Amino acid sequence: MDFFESIAQSFTKTFITDDRWLQLLSGLGVTVLITLVAAAIGIVLGFLIAMVRSTYDMQLQGRKCMKPSDYVLKVLNFICNFYITVIRGTPVVIQLMIMYFIVFASSREGIVAAFLSFGMNSAAYVAEIVRSGIMSIDKGQFEASRSIGFNYRDTMLYIIIPQAFKNILPALGNEFIVLVKETSVAGYVALQDLTYVGNMIRSRTYEAFFPLITVALIYLIIVLILSFLLKKLERRLRNSDH
Amino acid sequence: MTTDNVLIKVDNLCKSFGDTEVLKGINAEIDKGDVMVVIGASGSGKSTFLRCLNLLEEPTSGSIYFEGVDITDFSIDINIHRQKMGMVFQQFNLFPHMTVLRNLTLGPMKLLKQTKEEAEANAMRLLDRVGLADRANAYPSQLSGGQKQRIAIVRALAMNPDVMLFDEPTSALDPEMVGEVLEVMKQLARDGMTMVVVTHEMGFAREVGTDIVFVDEGVIVEQGPPSEFFENPKSPRLREFLSKVL
Repeated sequence: MDFFESIAQSFTKTFITDDRWLQLLSGLGVTVLITLVAAAIGIVLGFLIAMVRSTYDMQLQGRKCMKPSDYVLKVLNFICNFYITVIRGTPVVIQLMIMYFIVFASSREGIVAAFLSFGMNSAAYVAEIVRSGIMSIDKGQFEASRSIGFNYRDTMLYIIIPQAFKNILPALGNEFIVLVKETSVAGYVALQDLTYVGNMIRSRTYEAFFPLITVALIYLIIVLILSFLLKKLERRLRNSDH
Repeated sequence: MTTDNVLIKVDNLCKSFGDTEVLKGINAEIDKGDVMVVIGASGSGKSTFLRCLNLLEEPTSGSIYFEGVDITDFSIDINIHRQKMGMVFQQFNLFPHMTVLRNLTLGPMKLLKQTKEEAEANAMRLLDRVGLADRANAYPSQLSGGQKQRIAIVRALAMNPDVMLFDEPTSALDPEMVGEVLEVMKQLARDGMTMVVVTHEMGFAREVGTDIVFVDEGVIVEQGPPSEFFENPKSPRLREFLSKVL
């Protein structure tokens, strides 16, 4: 009886006292918010970078620049390459702290710093995923579209990206699953995300089991929901053709 | 610059890939209504020649005049001219994520600004012509090779081109499907379409071609009407080639 009583007591301390379940809920909110905004930034910025990189690969690689726009593309490609190298080559928690303590040093906007650094981090990975998807489409598709008379942009829009998107969906989904969990370092810049709240409850209550297991389970459930949605989307896209 | 009847004029066309010279100065004229058949061994440059005509390959030097306009000039908008040059590929290259009908109507709707009704009516008429009207709502992966190639031909025709370029259109087909595709091409030639065809089908060349061109090592070695070309080949290289393929 003693054993069950102590479990009940731990449970109460973790969730009920001081309305700690509400704190966990608000931590979950912060985690979801950062993930959503960062994912949006990651998709938009990642797509732009992928467009630059794959346009360069297809039109200029191994060729000389002939038009002024060729030089612009070359410079843009260099910048994108540099960006991807730096972002992928450094830990996201360092990027987050640089954003918070250096870039946002005066305002200390933790949440904005988190949006930007997780978003920019994700963009580098999304860019490479999208680029690999574009490059995986048979060159004949590109040629067929161009020979009908579509320009480069329309060819991308109507022919290449719709096919590439279906191919990269699993990899893209994986990237967002990783992103959800990466946001768990947001506590470094004074944000009270899910991980931070869990750890705070642990230190206040001296109870490790319930807070940490609960936090782990919540992450797991988010990821399960995300996987389920992705699988559904994949199946829908597969059914739209054969 | 060109007489009224010349549709395409190729002037000293050269193309290199890196250090490899593939085309070494090709000169040719294609008149309206001509069916030019280009033959030659693999690696001779015949496909590269064809792909230069609509600038899928950028020539290293030389000019290509299409309807009097030098399309190798950077300042022109090549996309406008490509609309007038239909192209059919060895590997069909249908858009797999679209239905057959959508494959046919995408270009006319987006580029020629046809309404959906117009484009679909025209597409159905073309599909009917090649006997595939019942497959309008199928996806390319549900079709046989011969069907895919016939769709690819009418997809190009849907843009109302002035010339049709064929890059070995039957080479990727199972033997029993070659006939149905050649039949469509013959019909097209009978209707007066200007065509440039790279092929290994000598029977087709003899029957439909008006101008046969033999390309070897990047130059046109011999050229002439089919009767003379096949009955009385002059160059030893052409004689050797014909003895292997006929």
